[in-house]
Amino acid sequence: MSTGRILKDRIAGKSVWLVTLFSGLILFLIIVGLYLKSAPILHSHSLSDLLFESKWKPGKNQFGFLPYILSTVYVTFISLVIAVPLCVLCAIYMSEYANKKVKGFVTSLVDILAGIPSVIFGIWGIILIVPFISNKLAPAFGHEDSTGYSILAGGLVLAVMVFPIVIHIMLEVLRTVPVELREASLSLGANKWETIKKVVLRKAAPGISAAIVLGFSRAFGETLAVLMVVGNTALIPKSLFDSGYPLPALIANNYGEMMSIPLYDSALMFAALLLLTVILVFNVIARMVIMRLEKQMI
Amino acid sequence: MFWRKFEERLFNLLIRVATLIIVGCLFIIVLTILVKGFPAMSWDMVSRIPSGGFYLGKEGGVLNAIIGSLYLGLGASIFSLVLSIPIVVYINIYSRSTSRFAQFIRISLDILYGIPSIVYGAFGFVLMIAFGLKVSLLAGIITVGLLVLPIMARTMDEVIRTIPKELGDASLSLGATKWETAMKVIMRQAFPGVLTAILLGFGRAVGDAASVIFTTGFTDNIPTSVLQPAATLPLAIFFQLGSPIKEVVDRAYASSLILTVIILIISISSRLLFKRFNKNVIK
Repeated sequence: MSTGRILKDRIAGKSVWLVTLFSGLILFLIIVGLYLKSAPILHSHSLSDLLFESKWKPGKNQFGFLPYILSTVYVTFISLVIAVPLCVLCAIYMSEYANKKVKGFVTSLVDILAGIPSVIFGIWGIILIVPFISNKLAPAFGHEDSTGYSILAGGLVLAVMVFPIVIHIMLEVLRTVPVELREASLSLGANKWETIKKVVLRKAAPGISAAIVLGFSRAFGETLAVLMVVGNTALIPKSLFDSGYPLPALIANNYGEMMSIPLYDSALMFAALLLLTVILVFNVIARMVIMRLEKQMI
Repeated sequence: MFWRKFEERLFNLLIRVATLIIVGCLFIIVLTILVKGFPAMSWDMVSRIPSGGFYLGKEGGVLNAIIGSLYLGLGASIFSLVLSIPIVVYINIYSRSTSRFAQFIRISLDILYGIPSIVYGAFGFVLMIAFGLKVSLLAGIITVGLLVLPIMARTMDEVIRTIPKELGDASLSLGATKWETAMKVIMRQAFPGVLTAILLGFGRAVGDAASVIFTTGFTDNIPTSVLQPAATLPLAIFFQLGSPIKEVVDRAYASSLILTVIILIISISSRLLFKRFNKNVIK
């Protein structure tokens, strides 16, 4: 009777260990899988040619990723310029000023926002943002010919998409700042805003940067919403109102043709590997910063 | 002195405006989808598959995509649940609390969570070639299942970590094995959290588009086996929105309304369920 129970426990223990081990290998498998598939193009083209050339003609064996890389960087950068100040201000309000009710309400709305699929953001961008840029914003800055499908549209849509993750992490970080620090500053005669500016934000700075980095890597790999509003022309964008062609959009748009042109599938897998590498580096750094903060709090 | 007061007032205003903008975005998005989607809605939309091709045919609805998305969401959630439960049981109950392996698994799940869905799509494509699998519901379920895994596992893990350690210790000291403790005490206690995690994963699986482009494909028909391609709502929106025909674009708007409603129902019901079941948990 009791040996049966122990046997069951042993078997269960071994099986859950196996599944856990497998889950630890997924990341490794993704990296190896993508690397093996992108090896052909890495053998026939030098890495610097792939990264810094801007001629993209798969039919003629020319694979310059520069326009795609720059579009990705621009769109991400625009989204962060818009999102970061708003998120910092909103996180300050929620953690320092808002009462419990407001905080609960706003948190659940932000959570709902986090759950909305990227296509919905894309369709929203097409219906509202794109016409707004082509009819109002672009003419106001002297770009009458803009269609609205632009890196600015991509950046705006992305900004809304990164709100939830950035706010969520910033709130966690602000929670790690001890109340005593705030009280000490207030008791010395600083007003609430001065306390936030000179004590809370300074103390939370590493964590806030980590939140921004995580937002960055979210925006960097976002595909469909950006693809729908960014215009998708393989040129290096010169102004906010020009269209661009980010890496994820390149992968998603060309899955149909990639098997018919030599090296094309390898090039797209290389694009995925490139995205993965950048995101891994940023993620690991940000997670390490956050973990150190959490340890300090305990 | 004047500047100090002024600065505080100014920022008092700014933080409220910023919060309003962020909250307002959600309302504007939902409103836009409602305004565009409602006029396009009809009974045909949810009860018929498109006739004459999804891109050019003026008749029919998006039943193929609704069913396809539900199949994919269910399949991926089950696949991911079957992996998540053993993972959280292992890292919380079987391993020691100082275990480096458990710590490594948590970090690697966090990192997997940050990987964009297009990369999962590309990886799914690599897997399909490796196993000789064609574009199919099965390939989609595996890919999306892997995408959902970190969300589900980490959500459950966070919930289990809030359960007092004494509860497990009490069960073990009474002679229960670790497995019995895991299943009869910890998992029961974590039930509301597990439910939330499943719903969260399901919502993510239904809404994701970039990972299914390569793997699940698109079709006008309702799949009858897991080896056939399937249509999904996000791709129904994406593909039909580009059509020059008004009726087809309307189908895209209707699909976006259906998808938004599904997602809102999931996210609100998960909140309510959590509150309701959390009452039964020993505090």
